[in-house]
Amino acid sequence: MTSLILRTATRYMFPPLLVFSVYLLLRGHHYPGGGFVGGLFAGSAFTLYALAFNVESARKLLRFDPRDITAVGLAVALASGIPALFSGYAFMTGTWWKVPIRPGVVIDVGSPLIFDIGVYLVVLGVLLTLVFSLGEEE
Amino acid sequence: MILLPVLPIIIPLAGAILCMLFRRNLALQRDLALSVSTLLLIVAVGLMAYTRDGTIAVLHVGGWEAPLGITLAVDMLSSVMLVLAGLLAVAVSVYACFDLDTPRVKFGFFPLMLILLMGVNGAFVTGDLFNLYVCFEVLLTASFILLALGGERPQLEGSIKYVALNLLSSALFLAGVGILYGMAGTLNMAELAVVVQQGERGGLVTMVAVMFMMAFGIKAGMFPLYFWLPASYPTPPAAVSALFSGLLTKVGVYSLIRVFTLIFCTDPEFLHTLILIGAGLTMLSGVLAAASHYEMRKILSVHIVSQIGYIVMGLGLFTHLALAGTIIYLAHNIIVKTNLFLVAGAVNRLKGTYDLHKLGGLYKERPGLSILFLISAMSLAGVPPLSGFFAKLTLIIAGLQQEAWLIVAVALIVSLLTLYSMTKIWAYVFWKPAPNELPDLNPMTPAAWFIFLLPMVGFTVITIGIGIFAGPVFDYAQSAAGQLMDPSGYINAVLGGGE
Repeated sequence: MTSLILRTATRYMFPPLLVFSVYLLLRGHHYPGGGFVGGLFAGSAFTLYALAFNVESARKLLRFDPRDITAVGLAVALASGIPALFSGYAFMTGTWWKVPIRPGVVIDVGSPLIFDIGVYLVVLGVLLTLVFSLGEEE
Repeated sequence: MILLPVLPIIIPLAGAILCMLFRRNLALQRDLALSVSTLLLIVAVGLMAYTRDGTIAVLHVGGWEAPLGITLAVDMLSSVMLVLAGLLAVAVSVYACFDLDTPRVKFGFFPLMLILLMGVNGAFVTGDLFNLYVCFEVLLTASFILLALGGERPQLEGSIKYVALNLLSSALFLAGVGILYGMAGTLNMAELAVVVQQGERGGLVTMVAVMFMMAFGIKAGMFPLYFWLPASYPTPPAAVSALFSGLLTKVGVYSLIRVFTLIFCTDPEFLHTLILIGAGLTMLSGVLAAASHYEMRKILSVHIVSQIGYIVMGLGLFTHLALAGTIIYLAHNIIVKTNLFLVAGAVNRLKGTYDLHKLGGLYKERPGLSILFLISAMSLAGVPPLSGFFAKLTLIIAGLQQEAWLIVAVALIVSLLTLYSMTKIWAYVFWKPAPNELPDLNPMTPAAWFIFLLPMVGFTVITIGIGIFAGPVFDYAQSAAGQLMDPSGYINAVLGGGE
């Protein structure tokens, strides 16, 4: 399918979609959002790209094999349970660190965020594995 | 203690992740699967040692106390199951290294096997009904793919039946979970036990209990909804069949035992009698169906069904001794049944067929393999002094004590018929002269063949070992059954804060 309108729109839509997916990921701990929705958004950005152009170029844009992304995501999610062990708490207990990003501004970064990043990657990877393999079967 | 109960879930997951990352390096995947399984076995033995004196290893994942958080609780029954799962994982990985064709390995046999193990182990350690459901889904999803992996025609046909029935069972399970949650306001098994025992909503509890009985009964392969099992188990390669026969139905049985000793034990006269009737019919229908088959794996598969009947019989009798019998039988059956499937796979490896009519004369060619089969088959039939004898003896004594004459009679008859089935395989495959010379397909060197047989030798040694050391095994099963009969220890351990 080649549609000039879709292609042009996709070029403009693609970056905001990705940024929005990260926004959803980051706000997920206290507000609606999180790794799952974020991952779906990022996945749909790439799906849109694959629809407007083709799967091959979407793969090239992604750079990594989606299956590798899934595996890394699982690893990240699993790793998020480990920091709690060092402070003697049960596996997966939420652990928070104060991270100064510039003088006077400190943000809380916690292991739930790491878990969410893992989920984000898993959802992205699985979704794109499905979409790409369906798209290529012609 | 902050890690041990969760390790049986983490280890296979980590292994699966590594296998996924290195999916092009098949040799590395094999080594990984083998080392992960070994590690799993070591951890399981550690847990067994930890729970040996009756302590229950409790972990509240994420630090949220029960009943809010995710509770993992390992008692003696769970740790036995974990050890058996570990043993099986090691055996199947060794076996798969030699037997499985490269396309299947390339498509991800090892990561799938590890994910399956993660689900199975999760089901054994969880202390929460909803997480039990999740673990079931994890292991089912992995098993769907494993079953269809390779895409041969009979495999796909079997998979459809398998998937359909298991989804039905999952739906029933989930509906039961939903109703139970609406009723009790919790899904933590220990708290559920407390709420249900207060016994205000008698009728509704019984209804939900029957739903769970159906759901787990389907997964365990109990009468009347067992037909998916003989339709699907014989279709995949022997390594997968062995893994399934050893673990999947047993997870169903384990869940039945857990739920019907901990939660739904308020009305044993109705519920456990129903289980007992189901057990009797399961035994009979399985063994009768076996008589009509002439394909090694088919016979073994329908025998899984009849063996499930024995295991569930102990739960139906619901006495201390009967549960001890159930636990011994469960352990014995996992080992022996897996071994029979592995031997059947080895026969197929040699001759390229499972058909009883085409095979023959293997005793002359491969006496070692034949002895391995004979010991396991006799153990399955319950010939002393092997493990099956003591397992059956315990169950039958328990039945006699309860004066449940009918079920005892059924158990004895089925035992005899099992012997008939096993001697049928023995006579056709190993003893009768080969009908026409089948070429020896085995391309393995003697050394490789020896390693290939090693898991089977190991299982055979274990079945003999359980027979010889019946005393200590029986003591262990007795104390495990004691924990089940008196759930207050479990409840206190989970709700009392744990560690």
